[in-house]
Amino acid sequence: MIELEGIGRDFDVGGQPVHALSGIDLVIPEGDYLSLMGPSGSGKSTLLNIIGCLDRPTAGSYRLDGREVARLPEEDLSQIRRHRIGFVFQSYHLVPRLTAAGNVELPMIFAGVERRERAARVARALESVGLSARARHGSEQLSGGERQRVAISRAIVMGPKILLADEPTGNLDTAAGAEIVRLLEQKNAEGLTLLVVTHDPDIGKRARHRLRLVDGKIVSEEGGLVPSRAPALVTAR
Amino acid sequence: MTLRDLVAFSAAALRGHRLRTGLSLLGVAIGVASVVLLTSLGEGARLYVTGEFASLGSNLLIVFPGKTETTGMSPFVTAASHDLTLDDAEAIARRVRLARRVAPLVFGGATARYGDRRRDVGVWGATADMQAVRKIGLRIGRYLPAGEAARGQRVCVIGAKVRQELFGSANPLGEILRLGDERFRIIGVMAPRGMSMGADLDEMVHVPVSRGMKMFNKTSLFRVLVEVSSHEEIPAARAALIDLVRERHQGVEDVTVWTQDSVLATFSRVLALLTAALAGIAGISLTVAGVGIMNVMLVSVSERTREIGLLKALGVTGRQVVAAFLVEAAILSTAGGLAGLGAAFGATRLFRALYPGFPARAPDWAVGAAVGVSLAVGLLFGALPARRASRLDPIAALARR
Repeated sequence: MIELEGIGRDFDVGGQPVHALSGIDLVIPEGDYLSLMGPSGSGKSTLLNIIGCLDRPTAGSYRLDGREVARLPEEDLSQIRRHRIGFVFQSYHLVPRLTAAGNVELPMIFAGVERRERAARVARALESVGLSARARHGSEQLSGGERQRVAISRAIVMGPKILLADEPTGNLDTAAGAEIVRLLEQKNAEGLTLLVVTHDPDIGKRARHRLRLVDGKIVSEEGGLVPSRAPALVTAR
Repeated sequence: MTLRDLVAFSAAALRGHRLRTGLSLLGVAIGVASVVLLTSLGEGARLYVTGEFASLGSNLLIVFPGKTETTGMSPFVTAASHDLTLDDAEAIARRVRLARRVAPLVFGGATARYGDRRRDVGVWGATADMQAVRKIGLRIGRYLPAGEAARGQRVCVIGAKVRQELFGSANPLGEILRLGDERFRIIGVMAPRGMSMGADLDEMVHVPVSRGMKMFNKTSLFRVLVEVSSHEEIPAARAALIDLVRERHQGVEDVTVWTQDSVLATFSRVLALLTAALAGIAGISLTVAGVGIMNVMLVSVSERTREIGLLKALGVTGRQVVAAFLVEAAILSTAGGLAGLGAAFGATRLFRALYPGFPARAPDWAVGAAVGVSLAVGLLFGALPARRASRLDPIAALARR
């Protein structure tokens, strides 16, 4: 459960404060599927980074599963990212010198997972994105779609609760993009909370809840607030 | 994470840039090799010189006239310096109980002639005891005769080179050699000995000491070499000797007594200092290598900014990022250090093969220090790049193209 209350994020640009986000109130229940849309510079990525504990808000409160994390020190945030959160980026961010398997293994190496255990989990994660045959390939030898699938298996290999995807199909053609969306939705169906930042309305509208940001504020919220399920509670100010 | 995983991760990163890795490794290797090589040469020089002294025999006292210490007296009250005479040497032999052998020595130069051949030679005026004291070997014939009467005889013993130059393959025994204006009968030829203390012993002619003093018109001996039975007797012998000479010289202590120990200690000290100075100079190149490592690591950090951003997004802590880059620097410097050590060992071996007489050998401390210092250099110069890496803002790092 993600609970944001009055979240603001100011950047200092040449001595002038710029409000990237202001007054964001948002509750995202576990297992939700949410899309964040909006024009460039509207604060979608900043919001995603704050939810992913890569960035800290300058105002407001962020409770993750009931724990206040907005003011935690960097070391604690690292732990949260390690165990709770998986990132998928537009440009994949694979380490070029490593194989597909090596990239998936990366987070487990630094988390201190044992070697044998790592190999088993890499195999499972790659299988779940249909890339077992490509495990030994260098990232240069993979197509864009395949690279993003490696990135997804890397994001889930530590068993996180939340999957954050920032323009995951931005560098892909329609077919490859559709495959990536399918995989992400599959992970959501398996119980992960999925947040997707996208420009593509066709992708954005697939989400159960859809947020639209303009100038750092939520301007609209769509999606049936199904009373029987925990809804995304959105207040636009 | 385990150290093994960390090393594997960092080693893989280094393998990704073979040329850059190789070059900075080379820098460290050169630094370490120069430390080890230069200390080897310094240490070799020390061993060589101390070895030369040791070949004189360690039970030796060397007496020579005059006092080297500054006594601080005013110039009007100069202490009369007495000659160190042959009588003094005899008195030492007779009255210093611990003196097993006493070999007086007078030294000069002369032109040796045989037939129409001539050659400038060094002339030692010595006695029979000199043979044992300086461990002089004979090729043919015998050394100077012993006994009081023999000290003035016109006989001589010639060095190997003198024989070679003046007689060729002919037998020189019994022949008459002219030294300056005097004629000496050759009674022996010394075995080749080579250089010692900067003088070629094979170019010497030994004559009886009284003859030598007359030849060179000397009233004072050049040295008196006193041999005792064991090393432990040296201090007592030295004291007895100085007392005796003072008594004979109207209460003035006007001789200097060198012992093997003191000479050795002095040389050893000077040469150890030389070795340290050489190591210091070589250390500069190690520092340069460290700067090279820092440079390579900074390039690596800026080139891998996106990777560092990714690692942070994956939950890698700042401390782990520091550790990864430090391990990288440590691998670079230690591998370079080992390579340099190998090269230096190869070079000293080659050097020993080329100059067998010169015992070039790296002291143990230099080997340990070179590897330890190169590791320290890697960690020291890797610290700044590692810190820089750990402080990168992950969002900005990920956004870098």
